[in-house]
Amino acid sequence: MSDKTQDATQGAVPLTIVIVGHVDHGKSTLVGRLIHDTGSMPDGKLAAIKAMSEKRGMPFEWAFLLDAFQAERDQGITIDTTQIRFRTQTRPYLIIDAPGHKEFLKNMITGAAAASAALLVIDAVDGVQEQSRRHGYLLHLLGIRQVTVVVNKMDLAGYGAERFAEVEGDIRRYLGSIGVTPAFVVPVSAREGDNIASRSAAMPWYTGPTVTEALDRCTMPPSVDELPLRLPVQDVYKFDQRRIIAGRIESGRLRVGDTLLFSPSNKTARVASIEAWGAAAPVTQVSAGQSVGITLDEQIFVERGQIVSHVESAPFETNVFRARLFWLGHAPLTRGRQYKMKLATGEFPVEVQQVESVIDVADLSAGDTAAVERNDVAEIVLRCRSMLAVDEFIANPRTGRFVLVEGYDIVGGGIISMDGYPDQRGQRTVVSTNIHAVESRVSMEDHWLKNHHKSGVIWLTGLSGAGKTTLALALEHELHRRGYQVYVLDGDNIRHGLSADLGFSPDDRAENIRRVGEVSKLFAQAGVIVVTAFISPYRADRDHVREIAGELFHEVYVKADVATCESRDPKGLYKKARAGEIKDFTGISAPYEAPEAADLVIDTSDQSIDQSVAMLLDYVGTRFTMDTKQAAKG
Amino acid sequence: MDHLDALESQSIYIFREAFNRFDRLAMLWSLGKDSNVMIWLAKKAFFGHMPFPSLFCDTGKKFPEMYDFRDRYAAEWGLNLILRDCPPIEEIDPTLPPAARSAARKTEALKRAIAEFDFQAVIAGIRRDEEPTRAKERVFSPRGTDANWNFKDQPPEFWDQYKTDFAPGTHVRIHPILHWTELDIWRYIRREGIPVVPLYYTRNGKRYRSLGDMDITHPVASEAATIDEIIAELEQTSVPERSGRAMDSETEDAFERLRTAGYM
Ligand SMILES: Nc1nc2c(ncn2[C@@H]2O[C@H](COP(=O)(O)OP(=O)(O)OP(=O)(O)O)[C@@H](O)[C@H]2O)c(=O)[nH]1
Ligand SMILES: [Mg+2]
Repeated sequence: MSDKTQDATQGAVPLTIVIVGHVDHGKSTLVGRLIHDTGSMPDGKLAAIKAMSEKRGMPFEWAFLLDAFQAERDQGITIDTTQIRFRTQTRPYLIIDAPGHKEFLKNMITGAAAASAALLVIDAVDGVQEQSRRHGYLLHLLGIRQVTVVVNKMDLAGYGAERFAEVEGDIRRYLGSIGVTPAFVVPVSAREGDNIASRSAAMPWYTGPTVTEALDRCTMPPSVDELPLRLPVQDVYKFDQRRIIAGRIESGRLRVGDTLLFSPSNKTARVASIEAWGAAAPVTQVSAGQSVGITLDEQIFVERGQIVSHVESAPFETNVFRARLFWLGHAPLTRGRQYKMKLATGEFPVEVQQVESVIDVADLSAGDTAAVERNDVAEIVLRCRSMLAVDEFIANPRTGRFVLVEGYDIVGGGIISMDGYPDQRGQRTVVSTNIHAVESRVSMEDHWLKNHHKSGVIWLTGLSGAGKTTLALALEHELHRRGYQVYVLDGDNIRHGLSADLGFSPDDRAENIRRVGEVSKLFAQAGVIVVTAFISPYRADRDHVREIAGELFHEVYVKADVATCESRDPKGLYKKARAGEIKDFTGISAPYEAPEAADLVIDTSDQSIDQSVAMLLDYVGTRFTMDTKQAAKG
Repeated sequence: MDHLDALESQSIYIFREAFNRFDRLAMLWSLGKDSNVMIWLAKKAFFGHMPFPSLFCDTGKKFPEMYDFRDRYAAEWGLNLILRDCPPIEEIDPTLPPAARSAARKTEALKRAIAEFDFQAVIAGIRRDEEPTRAKERVFSPRGTDANWNFKDQPPEFWDQYKTDFAPGTHVRIHPILHWTELDIWRYIRREGIPVVPLYYTRNGKRYRSLGDMDITHPVASEAATIDEIIAELEQTSVPERSGRAMDSETEDAFERLRTAGYM
């Protein structure tokens, strides 16, 4: 077959096309027909499809080429997306068949997100339906700009130009309203093979391209080599003497000797080498799309999730951004909910700060912003505790999009806009430069590298008798045993020295906490995990420490109700408070403001000290480890 | 970047995700062309190292050339090879058609190895163009507690964000070469000089396109004696790759049943 002969395009990357549209409008049939009419059908397949169709008492069903599952064939519906390769004279293609049923929208997105161009299939008799519109909208959101509309089943519409014009008008109006102009609108009969790979005699009134001609007129996605460099760090390997930073270049180029900026840590280093196994000659330059490994001239702290760029074209740094989101979760997304966000190779806890609008993409009407339901599209604002390096989707799709994870599952995806939010890099760079001047040349990350763990402040808060000091000391012991740098700050070692001049007035209490916060931060910057054990009943005081210590601050709520603490009363303080001997006693005569969003809550009222310590160790294990794989594995 | 570069880079990305996300991970090595390409890609991903074990489930019915190949390259490539025997046919679901039942021995051996080593993830070298249900696979494909594939409710997978969070007792199959075709594999083998079992080359007018157990795998008519000739043949042929694998086509649903029960 001529289309399979070796030609100049042999080594070409295929163009990826997704087939979308409402359920039953003939997407899979179209693909089956396309494969057949371009001579790409494997031997024996037609006979097999004929047998499958007859077995089910159906006329020949082209869709069975792709609808591989028994359940799909029996119900005549596509459940999951399929990928299949074929080629025309012009170029190779990767065709992705997507399901049209609303129930399987997650599978449609799975297929469509990989595509550079799309065919939107519409049944000539049924006309533009809900999923025709929804899929059209999602193509746009996913950044797919090349869309050709295929009006199918023209055989059932008498091959009439009038009905075609009606459907064409409807879909052009809808797509126009969301900013999409279809490249072509092609009348076809997939089942009969009209205007698929050859011109139909039944529709002489149509003079535009056939489906294959329309495909061949699509353009390959533009190269992203010329965009600014983005290399999300995927892993750091130390298999042998080298410390190799591994990742895929999402855009731009990188050369040996380049000065690289790591965000959001804001560190720089130069590329010492580009590592490649089995390369004939040393590699000196790599570009977008390549999975690479580099070594640096300096041992700065690098971990998975950071984004590498050149200094002069850095990504945004922010902890808040706007997103257009499609929601696939069974539980609705609402304001205040927290998710795990995956952006490039990074994972970050985020909270929904605002749901600004909900769009019903079927008719573009505005929905209720109280909850974003499954299959809705919404404009939201997301906030993260820590700084993120991001791009706007329009500037760089690959680092401007993310998914949200709830429990074990991906529940949505979104694209980023920084509309109304400033880049926070400027502010931070100034600050860190100042610190550098007084901080010597050994950075906190250098300490981390040496200690093989990160540092920070584990701030235990809770009522007197909740177990803060017990847990702090037990945790210190366990961490020390495991080789961590750890230190406990509690009332005794602070009140007797650093804060010996302070009493217990509200002002003095606030000042005491401020000092503890500052000291903790210094310890943390020296690479130590500091555990503090103060009642610290006021949210404002704890927030103040959070401001001082920033991302190093970990708030742990040691939870036990007053009754439990009072029954423990190890120092007899509750008894005295009840008797009025101690004034302003937290929990009895002074308020305790529980944390609203603690990083960890430990309920000591119904578990053992060992269980509580295990929770803390687990937390340290996940949050304070360095994401560096050692060769020892496997 | 040409097409092979793009395929290679994507596979390396997948290998690195797998290694980063899972501590207890193994790669299935079937000795066939695809799994040799996988080893090659892993070595590229990890700069000459193979940082996880390779698992070979032995049916005892492979061709002698395959066992020779295994012994030679396990040593040459420095593989940490785990060998496990497949259970006898009597222990396998008797309602399966004969060839499928025979193939299911491998599923059983795999399940036992997963339990034995508590693997969280198993890397397998299946490709979409081999077989229609494989064409619907995810790159990170979750398996239930009995290794079953719930194809009716696969997780969304887009923008190279894979499902990497799992309930206890379940595991994930990772498919780093899902997006390659048979022709891609051979072109890559040619470019990289990757060794393969000699059974792929013609002998008495026949060669194997896909290697499985001796009793359920048949050669196809071919005069291709070199990689170049194999590639030239594949550029022209419309005979499907697995036409010599009896288990695929005994009944319409045989392969689907095998795969939903945990076959690769
Ligand atoms: N008369 C006629 N029937 C067609 C044509 N194209 C598809 N059909 C029939 O329409 C039905 C649905 O076709 P499919 O290809 O399964 O539709 P689909 O869009 O893939 O459906 P989902 O994937 O489930 O959304 C089948 O019975 C086809 O035979 C056509 O051009 N003319
Ligand atoms: Mg379909």
